[in-house]
Amino acid sequence: MSKKLTVDGREVSFTDERNLLEVIRKAGFDVPTLCYRSDLSIYGACRMCVVEIEGRGIQTSCTVPPEEGMKVTINTERTRRIRKVVIELLLKNHDRECTTCERSGSCDLQNLSNKLGVKQLRLGKREEFLPLDESNPSVVRDQNKCILCGACIRACKEIQGHGVLDFANRGSNTIVTPAFKKDLSQVDCIYCGQCVAHCPTAALRIKSDIDRTWKEIHNKDKVVVAQIAPAVRAAVAQKFNLDPQKTVQLIAAALRRIGFDKVFDTSFSADLTIMEEGTEFVTKFTEKKNLPLFTSCCPAWVRFAEQKYPQYLSHLSTCRSPQQMFGSVIKELLPKELGTTKENIVSVSIMPCTAKKAEAVRPEFQTNNIQDVDIVLTTQELIKMIEEAGIDFAHIEAEEFDSPFGLFSGAGVIFGASGGVAEAAVRTAYELITKKKLEKVTIKEARGINTLKEIILNIEGQEVKIAIVNTLIEAEKLIERLNKGEVYYDMVEVMACPGGCVGGAGQPQLRDCCSRSGIQDRADDLYEIDVALPIHKSHENEDIKKLYKEWLEKPNSHSAHKLLHTHYKNRKRINSEGLSFGKNSEHALMNIEICIGSCCYKNGSYKLMDKLNELIQKQNLQDKVNMTAVFCFENCSSGPNIKINGEFIEVKPENAEEIFNKYILAKVK
Amino acid sequence: MNSLNICQINLAEEKEKAKTSVQNKGKRILICAGTGCVANGALEVYEKFAELGADVHFKQEKNLSPIKTGCHGFCEKGVLVIIPENDVTYVKVKASDVQEIVESFKTNSIVERLLYVDPENNQAIKKSSEIKFYAKQSRTSLSNCGKVDPENIDEYFLYDGYQALYNILKNNKPEDVCKIIIESGLRGRGGGGFPTGKKWEFVRLAKDENNKKYVICNGDEGDPGAFMDRSIMEGDPHKVLEGMAIAAYATGADEGYIYVRAEYPLAITRLRIAIAQAEEKGLLGKDIFGSGFSFKIHIKEGAGAFVCGEETALIASIEGERGMPRSKPPFPAHKGLFNKPTLINNVETFANVPLIILKDAQWFKAFGTEKSPGTKTFALTGEINNTGLIEVPMGATLRQIIFDIGGGIRNNKKFKAVQIGGPSGGCLTEEHLDLPLDYETLISVGAMVGSGGLVVMNEDTCIVQIARFFMNFTQNESCGKCIPCREGTKSMLDILDRILEGNAELKDLDLLEELAYAIKDGSLCGLGKTAPNPVLSTLKYFRNEYVEHIEQKKCRAGKCASMKTIEIIKELCKGCSKCARICPTSAIEGKIKEPYIINQEKCIKCGACLNSCPFNAIKEVC
Amino acid sequence: MIIIEEKDKFKKVSEILDKYEYKKSNLIAILQKTQAVYRYLPEEILIYIATTMNISPATVYGVATFYSQFSLNPKGKFEIKVCDGTACHVRGSEPVYNAIKNKVGLKDGKITTDDLRFSVETVSCLGACGLAPVVLINEKVYPQMTPEAISIIIDELKKEFPKEGE
Ligand SMILES: Cc1cc2nc3c(=O)[nH]c(=O)nc-3n(C[C@H](O)[C@H](O)[C@H](O)COP(=O)(O)O)c2cc1C
Ligand code: SF4
Ligand code: SF4
Ligand code: SF4
Ligand code: SF4
Ligand code: SF4
Ligand code: SF4
Ligand code: SF4
Ligand code: SF4
Ligand code: FES
Ligand code: FES
Ligand code: FES
Ligand code: FES
Repeated sequence: MSKKLTVDGREVSFTDERNLLEVIRKAGFDVPTLCYRSDLSIYGACRMCVVEIEGRGIQTSCTVPPEEGMKVTINTERTRRIRKVVIELLLKNHDRECTTCERSGSCDLQNLSNKLGVKQLRLGKREEFLPLDESNPSVVRDQNKCILCGACIRACKEIQGHGVLDFANRGSNTIVTPAFKKDLSQVDCIYCGQCVAHCPTAALRIKSDIDRTWKEIHNKDKVVVAQIAPAVRAAVAQKFNLDPQKTVQLIAAALRRIGFDKVFDTSFSADLTIMEEGTEFVTKFTEKKNLPLFTSCCPAWVRFAEQKYPQYLSHLSTCRSPQQMFGSVIKELLPKELGTTKENIVSVSIMPCTAKKAEAVRPEFQTNNIQDVDIVLTTQELIKMIEEAGIDFAHIEAEEFDSPFGLFSGAGVIFGASGGVAEAAVRTAYELITKKKLEKVTIKEARGINTLKEIILNIEGQEVKIAIVNTLIEAEKLIERLNKGEVYYDMVEVMACPGGCVGGAGQPQLRDCCSRSGIQDRADDLYEIDVALPIHKSHENEDIKKLYKEWLEKPNSHSAHKLLHTHYKNRKRINSEGLSFGKNSEHALMNIEICIGSCCYKNGSYKLMDKLNELIQKQNLQDKVNMTAVFCFENCSSGPNIKINGEFIEVKPENAEEIFNKYILAKVK
Repeated sequence: MNSLNICQINLAEEKEKAKTSVQNKGKRILICAGTGCVANGALEVYEKFAELGADVHFKQEKNLSPIKTGCHGFCEKGVLVIIPENDVTYVKVKASDVQEIVESFKTNSIVERLLYVDPENNQAIKKSSEIKFYAKQSRTSLSNCGKVDPENIDEYFLYDGYQALYNILKNNKPEDVCKIIIESGLRGRGGGGFPTGKKWEFVRLAKDENNKKYVICNGDEGDPGAFMDRSIMEGDPHKVLEGMAIAAYATGADEGYIYVRAEYPLAITRLRIAIAQAEEKGLLGKDIFGSGFSFKIHIKEGAGAFVCGEETALIASIEGERGMPRSKPPFPAHKGLFNKPTLINNVETFANVPLIILKDAQWFKAFGTEKSPGTKTFALTGEINNTGLIEVPMGATLRQIIFDIGGGIRNNKKFKAVQIGGPSGGCLTEEHLDLPLDYETLISVGAMVGSGGLVVMNEDTCIVQIARFFMNFTQNESCGKCIPCREGTKSMLDILDRILEGNAELKDLDLLEELAYAIKDGSLCGLGKTAPNPVLSTLKYFRNEYVEHIEQKKCRAGKCASMKTIEIIKELCKGCSKCARICPTSAIEGKIKEPYIINQEKCIKCGACLNSCPFNAIKEVC
Repeated sequence: MIIIEEKDKFKKVSEILDKYEYKKSNLIAILQKTQAVYRYLPEEILIYIATTMNISPATVYGVATFYSQFSLNPKGKFEIKVCDGTACHVRGSEPVYNAIKNKVGLKDGKITTDDLRFSVETVSCLGACGLAPVVLINEKVYPQMTPEAISIIIDELKKEFPKEGE
């Protein structure tokens, strides 16, 4: 049912918009905003969106629900004064070095300052500068540019269910920070970058690897190789308003002009991933072992699982992500193809993703200190490099990708959208299991930006239940249900970003920041490319077949395992010194460390500690034994963990006394 | 009508029991044990009475029954001791005076030297009710404060405690209760003055799928200079509990919270005791009076944040979060604590309720003005003779409060202004002395009833400094959520500092005003929306003093260090050079035996030389 | 690394958590009780609280830094709170405050002396306005203070916990 209100005297109709702001915008008027993000909860703090409503005075349009008959005026003397003063106040505290700022041109603050005609700053300028947090490979935090809009906090909480960032202090001392003002690398950040994607300024930004890339390109001795992830093309096409299929060829051309020696498409290694993961699934499914199988191509999700769900690590597919598969293929196989050495190859991947930067430096993905992927650039950085190189992107001539890894299927391309991995896997797994041809390749239930999708397939009378989730808050809910036994799945696809990688934080910001519909448009583009491609199934990719024939033998073979699979480890969530009990006597003969991290705590480590304490006191060993409580040994799956003189000892509260007698009393007495 | 079948507790009986027990205990001696009096030694006074009461040598025909009460309001004169039997109030009592007082009981005499002496005519006042400070007040919400032992529920029964709750549970439907409160015209005493009955009605009508609603009593009292709510919670806690229970019944709530600021540990203790006693008697908890109505009250301690007095911040704080307000709508009446419909009222608002029910709406309306009925408590402080806690009908004038009750300005100085409503309020001047104090009138002159802080200033108060004091307070207490308040108050404070340091220009006043209006219009919550009031009202009534500070670098109150110059009076200086040796910046120059001179460029106004001159030749000049 | 002589303190925190049922809505009360045990809120203990309550350490940190009652640094033996409420302010709390800071040797923004003897802060209205200006030292109210009077009191306190050479 449509209702009406008036904006600046014009009648506007509305239905179920979440706030007055959306109604106003839909009607084609503009109201400036800084803290509002259509995909996050409403915060109402920046006060930029103020309007006057007859009878109710000044109200923030982002917080007010639209009502029948409201009379709204956007610009009045008072609302304009508020906006200008707000900008002036923000700029007073702001490290306003726009000329050299990453966000210049795409910064909401800069934009509004220009738009609202703020011409003089009468309130002074920032005197104190806080250090940058550049401790991690993905995200830079610069508090000197933070306007405390809280979007990052909400993104981390509401999208990833994670709460890495929060406000601290109050009043004019308020800051946004990880716990205890630690660096992001010291806490449980998974580098998904959603906070960055929602930040209106450069206070959170992607760590740029552009200069490193140029340096390698300019180095004549190096063969610089690029791979481009599926989702990248959709965002670039959207940004330049081009046809997505042509865009990917324009990207290939642009990359060559920039100076890349070889240009590949990650969709190829996505096909490879399907071969490996599909086979892994079929094996596990037949053996009914470690189900559900969780996908592992999203490094943010992997890190999350490593921190929070040690019990599910054995369920994670051991397959490397497409980026890392291509990385090892490039480093291991390409030198032989090109007749050069591994050391001379610089492998650059172009990703929609900030977490991929962190993935590339994981020790598992390097041999002899040589990383499989040397540099990860985001879509945003790619666009910047194109600009820096002075390339008129829309008008250059399209080019093809390089061989030998140049072919890819539609299955590889749809990897970029949430549900794409599952759909691609089903296309292959179906044929692997049934040995029959799958005629209808489209799986509608897997598509769309819903955060949870379910598919039930009937393969030869066997039911296969697949869940597809995007955003980790949804993943967390699903795991809770799994834990409680409320649901059963054979396979779960998890992507950290809304809508999958098309909504990755490395993508250019959408006009309305991270609007779900903008992300859906990108996904639709990928599905269109799939339709246009000649093949839709990974195992039909001729280059893949050739790869197996020449190098890898068959999926899940020994050599495939070495090159294309990996393993996971438990990770502590926060770096902090432990708590030391007792006198920490120098005469101590023994150090006992007990983990009180979340997993061990849940497994009863506190009780264990209490018990040991009691025993120590009873035997009067306080001087001989030092006891420390620590936060996580990164061995969470087998808690409660306790180390005696540096070695893990298996113990439960029940057999504490026995262990005490055996390991402690016997040795100290 | 509800008829109460099983009535677990019979109030009439309880009252009789209480009366007998009080009589049996002996001669009542009320000793104020409010914070002020305790600081002055009230506990020692109490101990002494208890000791002497038990001592055979001092045995009276009647036992002594010393009672520690809440604040009587006249803290300035503490320790206060009242003998209700003959209505005598002793002031400034010390433990060493107790013996004399007890002796006087034997002879039925009065210890004259401990009586309050009226400064106007130097007469010792024998009857408490004749002390002007009390005579001009109408104490209703404070009716029991200072009269009862707050830690003993029996004493509340003496004054018809819980009778109002009984009556409504027996005779009224929730909607009737709302109606009575609407009719009484009671308005929120927490500052905003919103009609209480209407608020109750909103909550009553709000739907919740699980029928869960909350009642919250706002005892955060953050205004830095107000302690009315504290006195009520400490002095008469049951009244607040009863008011809350009535509200819960009227709105359909079954759980309540009292949010008390952490700085009030005594209030927390007293409320805890009161809740336990009321629960024990079946006046709180399940199935009260056998009516089927249940109401449980919890206490939440604040942790030091003024903004948590704001209702949505308070809710966030009870939920265990940072106390940051959120936008309204949704209002707490619809989505409040844990997203359930919630009624929030101030302590004093609740304390007014039992009497309104017991007497009636008309009785209440007889006090105060038509639009602002009832009485209001104020904390009267500053440069005034009688500081303390008072309660007057709304619509009383400042003149009555300051000169009749407050006894005028201290040390015979001249009245300059009064800041009313704390950091959200405004400064009023001589010309406002005869305005009626009610919600609308105060708003119309740029001030606010607020929580009821009244700070009186004399000619020695620098008005710009007062404005800065409040600005500094709000800027410190801003939660930091919205930009106008977080950054704006800081900028306003910077400008005020510049003015006080003598570094401002006239155009800064325009900037100050522009910021003030943007903050007022643009802030998210009441803190920001009212933070500029002290500046705006002083700019309105004392603009010339701002201008003097800026243009002439002059502070007429002589309070601003940077506006002073230190000079040597040529005629008095004997040229001894003593001061020159003391000056840390070598600003004093001259030749021995000739008048010395202060080089104003070098002088940092540290004041070190002021007292160093044996001939008193150095003076501060404003 | 903080050294806790008494394991009891840690045990107490666990008891507090038990008593408050690990409920998010009790976080503030839990922090208050914990601070009563340690006299401040050590980082490791806050992490422990966050871990056991299953809330983000950043959130706990955010709450602990919002309320002025909480301190993340150890407080002095004597916690001196100078009332700077309106009444006390107009009757001269500022000189009293400055006198105290001078006397115990605190400069700039520091609130606790290095020897952990004194912490000095301002608070607003202690509800004893009639006796303004008032100072609160470890829960005891000192009425009608002047810079001279407070100096004498501090000298007395210093005697209670003498520093070497004093
Ligand atoms: C910054 C701020 C501080 C407040 N402090 C208090 C307070 O300390 N006590 C109080 O009762 N109300 C306070 N209020 C008002 C409350 O938000 C709320 O309106 C009041 O408790 C409602 O009760 P009432 O209708 O009985 O007045 C404050 C409001 C603001 C904006
Ligand atoms: S964040 Fe925006 S306003 Fe700030 S310096 Fe960068 S571009 Fe300029
Ligand atoms: S926009 Fe203005 S300030 Fe910025 S570079 Fe150009 S001229 Fe300079
Ligand atoms: S990168 Fe992701 S996990 Fe890390 S703070 Fe940002 S949103 Fe949270
Ligand atoms: S970092 Fe960015 S998103 Fe986060 S509060 Fe600051 S400006 Fe907003
Ligand atoms: S969903 Fe894609 S873009 Fe987002 S973190 Fe995972 S891999 Fe990166
Ligand atoms: S007005 Fe001030 S206190 Fe209120 S929400 Fe805004 S910043 Fe917080
Ligand atoms: S006030 Fe201080 S600086 Fe000025 S003349 Fe006197 S001693 Fe010297
Ligand atoms: S001390 Fe007094 S008399 Fe001596 S030089 Fe200074 S002003 Fe003159
Ligand atoms: S956009 Fe509405 S307040 Fe920020
Ligand atoms: S929680 Fe990770 S090892 Fe104990
Ligand atoms: S404290 Fe005793 S009269 Fe106020
Ligand atoms: S202002 Fe200091 S006690 Fe009230």
